[in-house]
Order: sequence, then C-alpha cells, then structure tokens
Amino acid sequence: MSDLTRMTAAELAGTIAKGDASAEEVTRAHLDRITAVDGKVHAFLHVDADGAIDAARKVDAKRAAGQELGPLAGVPIAVKDVLTTRGVPTTAGSKILEGWRPPYDSTVVERLRDAGTVILGKTNMDEFAMGSSTEYSAYGPTNNPWDLGRIPGGSGGGSAAAVAAYEAPLAIGTDTGGSIRQPGAVTGTVGAKPTYGGTSRYGLIAFSSSLDTPGPCARTVLDAALLHEVMAGHDWRDSTSIPQPVPPVVEAARRGMSGDLTGVKLGLVTEFDAGEGAEPGVMAAFHDALAALTKLGAEIVEVSAPHFQYALPAYYLIAPSECSSNLARFDGVRFGLRVGDDGNRSLEEVMSLTREAGFGAEVKRRIMLGTYALSSGYYDAYYGQAQKVRTLITQDFNAAFEQVDVLVSPTTPFVAFPFGSRTSDPYQMYLADLFTIPTNLYGGPGISVPCGLSEGLPVGFQIMAPTMADDRMYRVAAALESAVGTLTPPSLEG
Amino acid sequence: MTTTTLPTYDEAIAGFEPVIGLETHVELGTNTKMFCGCPTDFGGEPNTRVCPVCLGLPGSLPVANKAAIEATIRIGLALNCSIATWCRFARKNYFYPDMPKNFQISQYDEPLCVDGYLDVEVDGKTVRIGIERVHLEEDTGKTLHVGGATGRIHGATESLVDYNRAGIPLVEIVTKPVPGAGALAPEVARAYVTELREVIRGLGVSDVRMEEGSLRCDVNTSLNRPGEEWGTRTETKNVNSLRSVERAVRSEIIRQSAVLESGGRIIQETRHFSEETGDTRPGRSKETATDYRYFPEPDLVPLAPDPAWVEELKAALPEPPRERRKRIQEAWGLSDLDMQSVVNAGAVELIEETVAAGATAAAARKWWLGELARRANEAGIDLASVGATPAQVAELQTLVDGGKLNDKLARVVLEGVVAGEGSPTAVMEARGLAVVSDTGALTAAVDEAIAANPDVAAKVRDGKVAAAGALVGAVMKTTKGQADAKTVRELILERLGAG
Repeated sequence: MSDLTRMTAAELAGTIAKGDASAEEVTRAHLDRITAVDGKVHAFLHVDADGAIDAARKVDAKRAAGQELGPLAGVPIAVKDVLTTRGVPTTAGSKILEGWRPPYDSTVVERLRDAGTVILGKTNMDEFAMGSSTEYSAYGPTNNPWDLGRIPGGSGGGSAAAVAAYEAPLAIGTDTGGSIRQPGAVTGTVGAKPTYGGTSRYGLIAFSSSLDTPGPCARTVLDAALLHEVMAGHDWRDSTSIPQPVPPVVEAARRGMSGDLTGVKLGLVTEFDAGEGAEPGVMAAFHDALAALTKLGAEIVEVSAPHFQYALPAYYLIAPSECSSNLARFDGVRFGLRVGDDGNRSLEEVMSLTREAGFGAEVKRRIMLGTYALSSGYYDAYYGQAQKVRTLITQDFNAAFEQVDVLVSPTTPFVAFPFGSRTSDPYQMYLADLFTIPTNLYGGPGISVPCGLSEGLPVGFQIMAPTMADDRMYRVAAALESAVGTLTPPSLEG
Repeated sequence: MTTTTLPTYDEAIAGFEPVIGLETHVELGTNTKMFCGCPTDFGGEPNTRVCPVCLGLPGSLPVANKAAIEATIRIGLALNCSIATWCRFARKNYFYPDMPKNFQISQYDEPLCVDGYLDVEVDGKTVRIGIERVHLEEDTGKTLHVGGATGRIHGATESLVDYNRAGIPLVEIVTKPVPGAGALAPEVARAYVTELREVIRGLGVSDVRMEEGSLRCDVNTSLNRPGEEWGTRTETKNVNSLRSVERAVRSEIIRQSAVLESGGRIIQETRHFSEETGDTRPGRSKETATDYRYFPEPDLVPLAPDPAWVEELKAALPEPPRERRKRIQEAWGLSDLDMQSVVNAGAVELIEETVAAGATAAAARKWWLGELARRANEAGIDLASVGATPAQVAELQTLVDGGKLNDKLARVVLEGVVAGEGSPTAVMEARGLAVVSDTGALTAAVDEAIAANPDVAAKVRDGKVAAAGALVGAVMKTTKGQADAKTVRELILERLGAG
C-alpha cells in the first residue's frame, strides 16, 4: 500500500470507503507521522491520539454496519487551537488559557465530528491569532517544513505546516487578516477564507468578531472544497451566520480541474500589481501564473481599487478595537490562568497580575491600541474613520466585480522569512497581510493556491470573489493547480 | 465629619428649584435569557442557570431574544415613543466580576425606542414626564460579599458570584429632565415610578417587583436658584421601593440645599440611598471617570423591526392604566380617595375581574382591600399572590348574599380558600360552615338556652328585651357560630312572648 500520509483527503476517503484501508489505519499512519516529524515542525500544541483512534473506530464500525459514510469520513484533520473542542485543551496559543478544557464544541468542530472526520489534535498559532509567523505563540514557533529556519506564516502556521509536512491531509484555520491564506502561501499549501458568515464563529475564540472567518487548509483545491462544504452553512448560534445554502464549491473545483477557464474575467488590481513592497521573485511567479491562466482561456482585466492602500491602517484600528473588548473576559475570575490570588490582594490587582503574566507582548500591544482607539474623544478619529474606510473598500470591491468575475494578486508580498527578521518592527510583520486584508474588510471569500517557487520557497496566488460566490474562486484555483501542479517540500527525514 | 444641622424640607426647597430625572431598569419576564436559552425564573441554586454564552466562555456568541425585543417595543409604544426602524446593540466595556465578558451588551446611541412621555397625576394635576429613551440590555450577575459585617465589599473575606441573573433581559427607561415640579418633586418622582409600574404590569411583560429587583430605580436630582441654570446633578442608586423614591429625592434636596446654602459645590457623583437612615451616602467617586468605550456589538446583526409588525403591536396594546382607572372609578362610583387606595393596593385588576365574575364593586373592594389585603400584608406578598382568585371572591360573596354564610363564617371560609382547600362552596361544605337556617334545629337550641338560663329568660319575659343578647350568645355558642344571629334573636323573643 502506498504511504497513506501522502494521499489527498479525497483519495483517503475513497480508500476507506472501499475498504482498502480502515479509518484506524489511516489515523495511526498520521499519528506515526506526527511522532516522527513534529519534533522538528512543532505544528501541534496537543495531539489527541485516544480521541482520534476512537473517532476512527466509530467510522470503521459504521462502515462495517453498512451505513452510509460522508465524503470525508475517516479522514484525519488538525484543528487550529482557537476553536473549542469539548474536553480537549484549547489555548488560542496563550498562556492565559493554559490547561483550559472547554465544556463545549465549536460549531465547526461539531460538524467535523458529525461528518466522521478524525480530529488528530490542536495546532499552533500566534497568540489569539495575532501575528503572521507563529513567533507570537506562547508555546514556541512552528517551523516551516520547506526550511525549518523560516516562519510557516501566521497566525495559522501550525495548521498550514501540519498539512505541508504530511502530518494531516486537512486542517482548519481561521482568517482575520490573512491567517489562513498567508500561511498557505508560504508553506506551499491551499488555504481558503470563506465568505464572512459562510462558516460559523460559534466556539471560535474571538480576535476580531467582524473579521474572523474559519476556513479549510489542504494540499489540493478539491480537498479544500470538500472540507469547506462539510464545515460551512448557516448556524443559528452565530447571529452573523448567513442563512443561505453553501455555494457549490466542490462542483466548482471539479469543473476548474478540467483546466478550461474560457470566458472567465480575472481582475488584476493595478494598485497591487505595481509590486510596491513585494519581492521581485514573488511578482515573477505571480505573472507566470497569470500567463498560465490566460492559456486556459481566462481574460485579464486591469481594475482599480483606490482605497485598498488604506486597508492596512483601517484593519489595525478595527481589529485591535474589537480585540480590546473581546479579550477583556480573560481576567482570571472564571477560567484559565489566575495569578497573585493570595487572599490579600484586591480583585483588581489579581486581574492585572493575571493579564500581565498571561498575555504576550503583541497581544498587549493590540489591546492597548484598541483601548486607545475606542476611548472617548478618539473614537470618531480612529474607529469611526476606519469603519468609513471599510465602506469605501467594500465599494471598490463591488465596482470591480461589476467588471470581472474574480480579483487576483499575490497572496503575500514575500516568501517565508527567517525567524526573528520581522519581530523588532511590528509594521514589517503587519506588511505580510498587505494583500489579504482588503478581503477581510469587505467580507468576501479569498483563496491562496501555490503557483511556483521563488528562491526555492513557495509563492501563493490569491483569488478573491464576491460574497457568497466562493465557488468562483475554487474554479479558478483548481484550474491554476491543474496548470502548475502541487508543490512538494523537501524530506524531513534524516 | 462635622455635624451640621440640616434644614427641614420646607426650608430646603424655599430657595431652590429642583430638576429630577429617573432611570428605571425593568427585568423582563421572558422564559429565557436575552442572548441564550437559559431559564430566567427567580431563585434557584447559584450558578445552575448558566451556559457558555451567559458565562461569557471563550468562543461563545450571543443570539438576541425576539420575545425581549417585542416586549421592549411594547413598552416603548405604551410610553408614546417612536420605534427605531434600524438600530444596533453596543458594547459597554468595564471590568467587574459580576459581568462575565467584562462588557455589557447594551444600546448606546441607537436605542430601540425614543422620545415619548408618560402622564401622571400629582395633587390632582396632570404632570407630563418626557421619556428620553427605552433600550434593551443584559443584566449582570450578583456578587455576594461574605465575612464582613455589612455585606459590602469592605471587610469581606470572600466574594462569591452567582451568574444566574447574568444575561436576563433588562429594559432601561430614561426620562428627560423634569423641571418645574417645585416642592412636589418627590411626589412627582414617586407618581412616575408608580404609573410606570402600572403600565408595564398592564403589558404583562414583567412582574415589576421592586423588592425582588425586577424593577430598579436610580434618581437624579439637582437644585438651582430661580432664574439660574440647572445645577450639578447627583445620581442616587439603591432606591428599592416607591416610598424610597420619594424619600431619596426629598433627602437629596435637603442635603444639596444645605451644601449650596453654606457656599459649597455639588459634586457630580453616584450616591447610595439607605433604607434605614433615609439619606444618601457618596458611592465610588471614580465611577464618574469611567470611559465605557462604547462601540457597536459586532457579534450581533442590526435590529430592524418591521414597521407593519410594530403597528400590529401598537394596535394590540391594552388600555392605558390611567384611562382605565378613570373609566373604572366612574363605573364603580368611587371617590378619588377610595380609588387611590385601590390603586395603591394593586387591586384594580383583581376587583375588575371580581366584578366581572358577578360581585358588586363595593363587595369586591371590601374583600380585596379588607381581609385579603390584611393577609397579603402579613405574609409580605403581593395581593395577586395571596391565594384567592377573583372568581372565588365573587363566589364567596354570592354565598353571603344568598344567606348561606354570614360575615364571620365567610372570613373562615376565605381562610380555607387561601389555604388551598378549594372553592368557597367546597370549603363551606367540607368544614360544615353553612349558616344553620333550619328552624327546627334552631328552636331546639333556643329552648336549651332558655332552660339553661332561667334568670335571663325571666328578665326578657318581664320586657327587658336587651337581656336577650346573652341568650343569643349562648345559642351561637352551641351552633358554633353557624346560626344567623338575627333569626336566633327573633326566635328567642317569640318563644318568650316578648316579640
């Protein structure tokens, strides 16, 4: 039998359904792989081997009983540690939640369980999803399987690295400003941010409520689409969840795999294509991919999005503002870390000491930024103004989508960078999300698909679609994948 | 602190004009909490009516309760407000352990209802109180400070938090400033809260019990000299009864007047009213410096009540209590004073239903304001929960009118009804309390009494009719009060030839 860890999710589901391998065998193969390589990669914060084996056996029993299996039944999956898992530690990459075992499953996790996927464990991330490199994880960074001295992207570097290192065929990420797509780009994997409201946030430990979106990580576009369909759909427990059917992303991915894009108009954002701030190698790979797409019949149309240049500053007012409020609940009173409760100190002192010890520097920076931006007398100038920019960016997207079917850009301006090279200046780190942030402010879907290498490291190609037209980006992504192929990182053995 | 002699109220108010304002919080009687499915009923073991949402656990999200939104709109409509066609919830950020998320979901610059009024009667005059806004928010948990002498945080060894109340829907009703009430300001404040309570009770959206905290009141007071600008206001919290509302305003007017007369300045601050002393004490002064950093709640979609739905709710509003009272007062032929006592006892509806069940207004009023009010008072409960229904009271009166019960027996029967022994007829029969009207049985009892008291009987025979009272008493004793006293007397006089 071929190596089970090298198969795609679609292949594994077929293998299990046919009985060529049991779900338990598939799961054990991946647990073995984790044991073998995660010491080097550090993609996982918690491996739930017992839970995974149990889940796999249930799928095998179901199959033995002749019951129908879902499209991903028995397929292992890794979950970003920002989504609650009942009884399984959930830290959001923070010391303040060390040891916390949630009493409930997030909706996404509940749907994964219902679909019979096998949850292997929880993946590493920047603390509270704030960062682009996993260097801000309280539990140490994840290493990029392409070069262990480089960052795997962030915040969902653990999920992307687990997929790239064949520790899991699928993973769940969450994307607030690029936290699925940018790690996908720098690890040579596929990462999709669905339409905001297309996937439920219930059980997602909030960073920025109006931006956070759970989505799939995979090695192929079809696998991402299969996972997208399992995890998406209306959830009454999330008021911002959209009560509409899930866009037909699997069908669109299969159609795109045929390699025909005749009549599809791709919008090239002129402001991004100027290449300002982007590495030449990244721009070169991006343009090669554009040429490949043209060969498949796509038409390239230049479109202007004049307000995209204000997306990064607007984002760094809105997201910190929301996080300053969302993270207020971590006070040591009801759950998680409590510091200094010696029976003499006041409640306020204990809260302060807990937050002082429990939050990392980047989280504190953003809480302070947001607290300032929301404070009386500054609200209009900062938070209020940022919301206006958000409206203008949405108008740019709407105007563009009157001319084209999707927008395209590089996913991130630069390939995976060495550890420590962008931590001294926060702005240099924030630039990693320059191309991904506009989509979050607009609320539409975006996907990153590998399009080649620059300096031996993966480059991601981003496709952005109108809200609830997620299927469009899957079609184009699958077509590009059929043209340029998937990427294989160097071996981690030896 | 130096002891200064405070002026009397009349002295205090003589040189100043007060401006008052009231903020009232009403806990809605919905089945479930504002943003989750936990039950809302009062009581229950601490922290048993909680879930990830109302505990603010990481990852949990709120979902707005439609019944609470409907109730708030109905309150707004009953207070003559405009209803927003589009509005949002907002986060009010501050750290306090009884607030699970360290922010409260409330409404800020986009309340659900704005710009209404409520007319109240004070001293025979109608005063129109402007309503600034009516908005919806979530209640906090309750903190219990254990180990201290006062139950306050000072001196306590432990603080316990019960989150059962956290997330219960709370409606905040804010008046516009009320100037011009003059010396009647305390009465106006009380009349407003009384009337507001009636309105909300009439809507059936809350039990509005001040003693259980389902209606809570903060009172703002300021003083200015005639012709001058309004003064600095203070906010008095912990005003937990109608009487306290009046007392709090009165005491704050006296205190502020003393400060101003001595050349001092009023500090804008939160003060606490003490039921024991009847005065106000300063609260935490740093509260005034709090910046709540309000911003629109991103976890909830905007509220956009369908205007057609709002119209439907408006059309279905009950008759306003004030109009209803006027109509009833006329129909029942009550004086203003009598009507006031009925209103104060919370008996309007009960009497109305008793009348509808067949009793006269006078009889219904007699029972509810007499025997039943006494029992409710003794038990410290509302008249409505005293244990007797309007239908039962009407039935009781029918038994009295039909001569089956006398007044004394009726009270005993009522005791059985309140104790849950069944309908008045059932209690009467089960306890054997019916008036003995069988003259045969009575004659025997009368003869027995005459035989046992020959001296008294002789006096009566001699024409001293007043002496018959002793014989009546003896008969009543042997019949255990079940005889009709008038009939007994007639029988005795007839037997003794003195009739």
